[in-house]
Amino acid sequence: MVPTLIGRIQTRLFLLATVGVVVTLLIMPIVPGVTAPLSELYVTGLLVLVAVGVLGIVWELIYHFLMQFRWEKDWPTMFGLLTLVPEGLLLYFLLRSGAVGFIDPIPAAAFWTHFTVVWVSMWLVANGPMRVPFIRWRFRGGRVL
Amino acid sequence: MVASAGIPMYDIPFLTVGGGIGSFVTVDYLRIYGVPTSQMRVISNIDHPWQTYEFLTRCSQIPRGERIRSDSSSRPDNLWGFPSYALEEAWKDKNPAYLWQLFTEPLLNDYWTPRAGTVFENLEREAKRINYWDMLVKGQVRMVRKRAGGGYFTVVTPPEGAAPTKRIIFRSRFVHIAVGYPGLKFLPDLQEFRTKYSDYQHVVNAYEPHEQVYEFLKTRPGTVVIRGGGIVASRVLQRLFDDRKKFGLQTQIIHIFRTFITGSHGPHLWSRRKGGDGWAYQGFNYPKSVWGGQLKAEMRKLEGAERAAKYKQMGGTNTPYRRHWQEQMRAGREGGYYHAVQGTVDRVERTEDGRLVSYVRSNDGIIREPVADYIIDCTGLEADISEHRIFADLLQHSGAYRNPVGRLEVERHFEVKGTANGDGALYASGSATLGGYFPGVDTFLGLQIAAQEIADDLARRGFVKKMGPLRSTAQWFKWAFNSPV
Repeated sequence: MVPTLIGRIQTRLFLLATVGVVVTLLIMPIVPGVTAPLSELYVTGLLVLVAVGVLGIVWELIYHFLMQFRWEKDWPTMFGLLTLVPEGLLLYFLLRSGAVGFIDPIPAAAFWTHFTVVWVSMWLVANGPMRVPFIRWRFRGGRVL
Repeated sequence: MVASAGIPMYDIPFLTVGGGIGSFVTVDYLRIYGVPTSQMRVISNIDHPWQTYEFLTRCSQIPRGERIRSDSSSRPDNLWGFPSYALEEAWKDKNPAYLWQLFTEPLLNDYWTPRAGTVFENLEREAKRINYWDMLVKGQVRMVRKRAGGGYFTVVTPPEGAAPTKRIIFRSRFVHIAVGYPGLKFLPDLQEFRTKYSDYQHVVNAYEPHEQVYEFLKTRPGTVVIRGGGIVASRVLQRLFDDRKKFGLQTQIIHIFRTFITGSHGPHLWSRRKGGDGWAYQGFNYPKSVWGGQLKAEMRKLEGAERAAKYKQMGGTNTPYRRHWQEQMRAGREGGYYHAVQGTVDRVERTEDGRLVSYVRSNDGIIREPVADYIIDCTGLEADISEHRIFADLLQHSGAYRNPVGRLEVERHFEVKGTANGDGALYASGSATLGGYFPGVDTFLGLQIAAQEIADDLARRGFVKKMGPLRSTAQWFKWAFNSPV
């Protein structure tokens, strides 16, 4: 998919709300290093998704700006995966510093397992399977609506 | 009037003219949306949709085993583009390196592109699956005309002996025209040479069969002049370099670029394309975002002169940067057998010993007169649309007109502007519509984008139901298991 700005944002939010939620529900019972009850983990996991969505709008503005330096105005597949590094680091440090007060502190292992599995799943879906139900999505720069 | 003339007439709601890949992807879409074969016909003078494409790719040095210049997820046999060609070839060849290339393109690797053979084999599978040949009617279309009372008449000459009359007529509510490139076009100086000397052997177009050039070069050392800076020039060069290496030949190559690119070029930091050694580099025919990203969204809003300017800005002949080609050219420059020059050719003459001398004038005033055994014109297929009789007739009689780039003006949903008739509609897709609200028309994915717009427009008009996520998913499984639509 070669995105437009509004398409990027919509795709991110849509995938978080679908793939992100399903993967969170599946992965939370088995993330390492946690002692809290499962219901609390679910709340934390879903709040992390919300944070990825909200922060992501700013990230997408940055990606869109950087994309303007590319003649093709494309966003190579690899970028879509590797951006998990800066996004994950920023979110992790925000959580550690207590800047996002409504999310309980999460152990590093639990955060990174959850975050990486969600991210990779979303990336995989965006790079193919998404086109199966939504035949117009890739021609509209990633707009879902 | 038609009936009284004794010409047989058939009623078919949807007719597509052409029978190449443009027609194929359109009927493929409509079959998957749910239109039965009885409602559609394809009028064509070829037997299978990839026939012309395969002829042209083979002439321009891409046999089935070679890779075409097309994205992995642009699959004319699969409207979802999933699984992509790379996934399929990786699975069949048991070669995960393709996936690594796909992941790292275009940054650490060249773009991954499919083999021509992969494309043709899959088209054949899909054509069988949708019963393509039940819809095919062989014949030459003479004209498409508006009919009093709505819709269109299409006049067809069937092959000799196939029908009792010399002409047959189809009456349809919808007609789609996808006849491809109107014809080969030669550079004027080369056309002049061919006419003057009646020599069609030594000055050739890369899209014509021209094996004689390569065969001659195997028999004795020779010189070839290449004209043009696009993908076809790259292909022909590769063949010459490959043969040189494989058979130990001493072929000399003189490559004339009318526009010689020396580096990154463009008016602004945000619109600069890479280039060098004469070439402008770009992965595919158009910048990638024309098929779905920013450029597609921008162009969709532009009219008239603004649109033409945008086309000009992203246009220009280009070729992909491929590491293998770069190595071959470097070796050629260092070995003194590949010479790339800027220049315009005033004329070509025949020398006394039957060779070809080109009179080349470069921008810095230098005149060169290289002598060669062969000249290969790799400048493309861009003939005027009026050279095709159907378009000429539409422009003259049916209200169609030209777009800012000189080709057929179509709506965003590919209806030919000015040709609406009652409840009927006339659509066109492919190279004839370049210059419209969507730029990538003469590409696999572009034809599919057009097909989707057309299918959705037909849904708005009640001809078929618009395909939503559920039907799409169910149909994808049918595609995956190769079961009928």
